[in-house]
Amino acid sequence: MKLPVYLDYQATTPVDPRVLETMLPYFSDDFGNAASRNHSFGWSAESAVTKAREQIASLIGASPKEIIFTSGSTEAINLAIKGTAQMYGSKGKHIITSLAEHKAVLDTCKHIEKLGFEVTYLKPDKAGRVGVEKVAEAIREDTILVALIWANNEVGTLNPIREIGALCHERDTLFFTDATQAVGKVAVDVEKDNVDMLCLSAHKIYGPKGTGAFYVRRRKPRVRLVAQIDGGGHERGMRSGTLNVPGIVGLGRACEICEAELEEEMARAAELRDYLEEKIRAELDMVHLNGHEKHHLPGNLNLSFSYVEGESLLMGMDDVAVSSGSACTSASLEPSHVLRSMDVGDDLAHSSIRFGIGRFTTKEEVDYAADKLIAAVKRLRQMSPLYEMALEGIDPSSVDWQGGH
Amino acid sequence: MIYLDHAATTPLSPEVRAAIEPFLGESFGNPSSRHPLGVEAARAIERAREQIAFALGALDPERIYFTAGGTEANNLGVLGAARTRKRKGRHLLLGPTEHPSVRAAVQALESSGFEKEMLALRPGGALDLERAKQSLRNDTVLVAQMAVNNEFGSRYPIEELSELVRRNAPNAHLHVDAVQAIGKIPLSLLELNPDSLALSGHKLHGLKGAGALVLREEVRLTPLVFGGGQEGDVRPGTENVVGIVALGAAVESAVRVVEGTHGRLGDLRKKLAAELSALPGCELLAPDGGGPGGLSPAIAAVRMPGPPAEVWMHHLEQLGVYTSVGSACQSRTKRVSPGLSALGLDERSGRQVLRFSFSTTTSADEIRGAGAALFRVAGELRVRVS
Repeated sequence: MKLPVYLDYQATTPVDPRVLETMLPYFSDDFGNAASRNHSFGWSAESAVTKAREQIASLIGASPKEIIFTSGSTEAINLAIKGTAQMYGSKGKHIITSLAEHKAVLDTCKHIEKLGFEVTYLKPDKAGRVGVEKVAEAIREDTILVALIWANNEVGTLNPIREIGALCHERDTLFFTDATQAVGKVAVDVEKDNVDMLCLSAHKIYGPKGTGAFYVRRRKPRVRLVAQIDGGGHERGMRSGTLNVPGIVGLGRACEICEAELEEEMARAAELRDYLEEKIRAELDMVHLNGHEKHHLPGNLNLSFSYVEGESLLMGMDDVAVSSGSACTSASLEPSHVLRSMDVGDDLAHSSIRFGIGRFTTKEEVDYAADKLIAAVKRLRQMSPLYEMALEGIDPSSVDWQGGH
Repeated sequence: MIYLDHAATTPLSPEVRAAIEPFLGESFGNPSSRHPLGVEAARAIERAREQIAFALGALDPERIYFTAGGTEANNLGVLGAARTRKRKGRHLLLGPTEHPSVRAAVQALESSGFEKEMLALRPGGALDLERAKQSLRNDTVLVAQMAVNNEFGSRYPIEELSELVRRNAPNAHLHVDAVQAIGKIPLSLLELNPDSLALSGHKLHGLKGAGALVLREEVRLTPLVFGGGQEGDVRPGTENVVGIVALGAAVESAVRVVEGTHGRLGDLRKKLAAELSALPGCELLAPDGGGPGGLSPAIAAVRMPGPPAEVWMHHLEQLGVYTSVGSACQSRTKRVSPGLSALGLDERSGRQVLRFSFSTTTSADEIRGAGAALFRVAGELRVRVS
């Protein structure tokens, strides 16, 4: 077993050797510019890109013509929200999203609020889920877009996408889902799931960083967007720039592998995740699941440990790569906005650990991580007078610490 | 195969390939993660930033912002600067031969109430600085002028233009597209003195999908993309670690030997000119842009006799010689590019321009090979040769 044990598959994934093998020729021998229609070199790049488009479309049940390449999900999210707002702003100025979205969605929404749009931020339930009825209540005549995450990047909760999509279609509103964590991990079908726009990212599915894809529906309804990056007119005029050919080829192959191995991988990840949770719960009490018991990503387990301080816990697990909160906000010590939106208290939010299990995770690694975690939690709790009180049946939060002295 | 289309894209160099190797496999962390794998990735990005900062003249690495490539860097420079300064004015000055990513960005600004004015070329191809001076105003908020033209290699006098801008348009931001310049001609950022400068990895034997915008100190931009706080919030999104590491290594190794490269490319260009002299009717365009040296030696635009250049290109391609007509980004449209028409070429002559572009990997033998192929194609096309 190699150390550190990597259990942070929601932050990023290693490139699958099969993906890398497919990419390598495009670094050197086949390095043409896909826009060079002139020579056969450019043609070879273009046909590689066409194949990747088909592989991606096939994984999500789309037509290849509906796939636009981007530099990643952040760019796609910006294009979806700002592009829709600019195109349909005359029809209405209301957008619905949730408080548990990725920062890229929240920051973009904040930006368009400044431009005169009104954004409703739905609060998820305690398990991090946004119910279809909540969306139904919020939709108005002037709602032009509903933007909701498919699988939450921190707690792994799956939103009822198919129902929300159906509702949006019924109410004549566009539906965008950030499926960065969902694609390749759970079944995704833009037709059956009633999705109008969807983004995915290569580096979350064993492809390279710097490449993503954005699905934009062409029929029923035909979605039109205002481009955010101009020049050269690549990608149906929606996203200009020389195509990152090796990255795109890698993304295509990554999708192909995900499609072929989805069932098997889902089962394997779910088994390891459940095993990890059981093993931790067998040894530790006062463990809280952040997320949904049933509707969750197979490879995600987010737990909080009462009476343990998060930073110390991470330090106690120094050769296990896990994350507290999402990678993109981990530079700050603010408790995660996702956990807050689920009404997880600051103390518990600070002690949350996200385990991300993926394609290359072994049972041996899970055992190692569990043992490390259990030992660290036990050690920290031994030093905690609060934990002792809790064991004696006193709720430390009910104690008036100032009083009486 | 003789590849003479390096202005479109270049192959990855073995040196850059070696630099990215660890990041294709073992070292795959997300730079925002706090565990050692993440820290390793974050360090690699900082190292690339330092490499570029050092190569461009020991600037503060914090001034380098990574993007998905030249197009995004150009968009960010143009749109970001104009939107930040819109309260100071609405007047934009656009170079006569800009890349579509700059022109389209300016067009987007026009549709939101900015006013565009074009800079012009003098007969012969030099940037008209007199006219530029007259056009600069107090409410000019953006001047976008490329350093080296991508279609015919003119080198423009950015050094003088930036002085004019500072003196006559105190509120203007000078954006320089240096995608075809970096690593091909010796440049001093200090002398160019732009507010922002765009570069791209895959034109320098790096990777597609990574570029950078270099910002002058104190310059603020309105971001194009919002998100997780990466790149000082100017350009958020999980960093393309492999592409960025490649960009750092590519810029470093290209700039380190740029003096030698410049000379070598000049020799290649001369050799090509000698080969062409055997073909009557060929005219090597050498429009002196007015900048130091006047011309980039990496690009040779040639007006071919007889049928349109596209026909030459396809015949050459059959013989394994890859050239191009117009720039790659232009190749989907049939019109003559704004650059060629700024040079005074009409539609017919514009269509006759074939572009050869070189790199350090190009050999003298390849140029001879291309010469022989040209001669053969001339025969096939029944273009009269002496």
